[in-house]
Amino acid sequence: MDATIENIAVTNKANLEVFSATLQKLARHDRDIIVVTSDSRGSGKLVPFGQSFPDQIVEVGIAEQNLVGVAAGLASAGKKAFAVSPACFLTARALEQIKNDVAYSNNSVKLIGISAGVSYGALGSTHHSLHDFAVLRTINNLIIVAPADNFETEQAIRLAAETNLPVYIRFGKKTMPLLSMEETTFEFGKGRIVRDGNDLVIIATGETVAPALQAAEKLQKESGIGSTVVSMHTIKPLDYNLIAKVAADGKPILTIEEHSVYGGLGEACASFLMENNYHNKFKIMGLPDEYTVTGSQQEILGHYGISEDGIALAALKLCKG
Amino acid sequence: MSEQELAHKSVEYRRKILKYIVKANAGHTGGSLSCIDILNVLYNHTLNVDADDFGSPDRDRYIQSKGHTVEALYVVLASRGFFPESDLETLCKYRSHYIGHPTRKVHGVEQNTGALGHGLSLSVGTAIAGKLDKKNYRVFTLLGDGELPEGSNWEAALSAAHYKLDNLCAILDKNNLQITGPTADVCNTDPVDKKFEAFGWEVRHVDGHDLKQLKETFDTLPFAEGKPSMIIAHTVKGKGVSYMENQLKWHHGVPNQKQYAEALEELDLQDENI
Repeated sequence: MDATIENIAVTNKANLEVFSATLQKLARHDRDIIVVTSDSRGSGKLVPFGQSFPDQIVEVGIAEQNLVGVAAGLASAGKKAFAVSPACFLTARALEQIKNDVAYSNNSVKLIGISAGVSYGALGSTHHSLHDFAVLRTINNLIIVAPADNFETEQAIRLAAETNLPVYIRFGKKTMPLLSMEETTFEFGKGRIVRDGNDLVIIATGETVAPALQAAEKLQKESGIGSTVVSMHTIKPLDYNLIAKVAADGKPILTIEEHSVYGGLGEACASFLMENNYHNKFKIMGLPDEYTVTGSQQEILGHYGISEDGIALAALKLCKG
Repeated sequence: MSEQELAHKSVEYRRKILKYIVKANAGHTGGSLSCIDILNVLYNHTLNVDADDFGSPDRDRYIQSKGHTVEALYVVLASRGFFPESDLETLCKYRSHYIGHPTRKVHGVEQNTGALGHGLSLSVGTAIAGKLDKKNYRVFTLLGDGELPEGSNWEAALSAAHYKLDNLCAILDKNNLQITGPTADVCNTDPVDKKFEAFGWEVRHVDGHDLKQLKETFDTLPFAEGKPSMIIAHTVKGKGVSYMENQLKWHHGVPNQKQYAEALEELDLQDENI
C-alpha cells in the first residue's frame, strides 16, 4: 500500500482518488489529521485510509449535521478535521453547521464535497450539487475551491491541511487529464492561466476546465480563434486581479462551471466586471434553472453544452455575435 | 466556595442579569434565571478554567447550546475575571462585542452559538479530540428543553454513546416552557430521561436550583464509565423573581423600572435570608 501511496502520479486519476492518497500521505506524518465521515468512506475512497489510520477516522453515520458539528468540535481542540460527504448533502443538509459552527466560529474545518455537480448523473437532482458555490459564497470566512485536475487537487488538500481557515473543496469522481505542468504554482485565491490566446478568454472552474481546453484547441484548429483558458480553482476569494488582467484588452469572456448559472463563478465574474466598467462581451455557461435531464454526468453536461463541442459553439457565437 | 457563598453569588448573578437586560432593553430573562444556578456551580466549583490561561489545551470546556440565555453566561464570566463587568454596559449596543448570543469575541466563550441544536455535536467533537489526545479535560454543554426537537441533538446523542464519551456531560435546563407555551404542548419530549437512557446515556435528575445537589452531582461525574452523562436539571423559568416564575411572557420580557425595583427588593430579601 505504501508504494501505491507514494506512486500516485499527478496525472489521469480521479481527483477523488488523489484526495484520498494525499490525505494518507499527510496523515502518516501528522496525527492531528482526522477524517470525519457520514457513511461516506467508501464513496470518498477512504477505506484504505481507515485501515491505515484507524485512530484518525471518526464515523458519525448518515448524519451530516452532526458530521460538520463534530468536525468543528474536533477542530476547536486542535485537530485538522476533514469532513467528507457528498457535496449535495454536505452543503445543504448541514448548511447551518457550516455557517455557524465552521465559518462564524472560525473552526478550521476542511469541508470536502465529493461527487459534486452532476457527478451522480442519473441518480437525479437529490444527488446533484448545483447550489453549493452560490450558497457558500454568501457565507463569510470560507474559502471555496474546485480543483480542476490531479495537480490542483493534491495542492488544494495540502494547503487545506496547512491553513487555519475554514475551506470547502469540491470535486467529482471521473478521471481527469492533467491540464498543464508549465504553471506549477498553486495558491488559494490565485487562478492559473493554463493556455494563452489572443481572441477569447475562457474562465472555467473545477472539472469543466478540461473540456474548456479541448474546446480551445478545436477553436484554434477549426476557426483560427486563439483562447486564453483560466483555471479559476478558487471561487472565493475570487482572483479579481487575474480577471482584470485577462479582461483588460476587451476580449470576449466565457465562464464555465458545473453549477447553476445563478450565483456561481459566472455571476461573480460578471459583478466584478460590471462594477469596474469592463464592457467585454460576456456569457455564463452552467446548468440552467431547471431539474436536469436524466443521464450520465457526461450526457447531462453535454445536453447543456458543457462539452468540447458545446463550449466551442458557444465561444464562436460569443465572438461573432 | 461554600454553599452559602454560592447562594449569595446566585442572588448577585440574578441582580446583574436583570440589570444588564434592563440596560440593553433586550434579553432572554426567564431562561437566564432558570440556568443561572447551574452556571454558578459550574464556574465556581466544577470547571477547570482560568481566565488567565483560557488557551490551555487541558481546560474543561463549557459550550452553551441554548445560546439565547447569554446574559447568564456573561455575568458569570465577568465575575470569574474574563473581562471587566463594565463591558456589559455595552450589551447589544451598536458596535459592541457583547452581542445577544455567545460569541468568541468575548473572552471565555468557547463557541459561537445561538442557532439551537448545535452545542451537543460541537461537544462530541471536542470530547472525541480529548480521548484521542488522552487528555483529562471534560466537556460540558447546556441544553434547553425547547431545543430538543432539533434532530441534530439526537444525531449527536448517538455519537456520544457510540464513542463512549464519559468525558462529556450534558445538562438539560428543563424549565418546561418555550416561546410558544409549555414544552409538553409544543412538542413533547418526555419522558426525556428514558430517551437518553435508550440512546446509551447515564442519566441523573437534580433540582436545578439546589446548589448542594448540583455540586454533589457534578462531583460524581462521570456517572458510568464509558457512557456520556446527562443531568436533567429541573428548573423554573424566571426563577427568583416571583412575578416572572413560570410566566411565558418573561421568555424575553424586559422589566420596566417599577418591575425592576420590585425584583431587586425580592432578591435583597433572598440575600438576607441565606
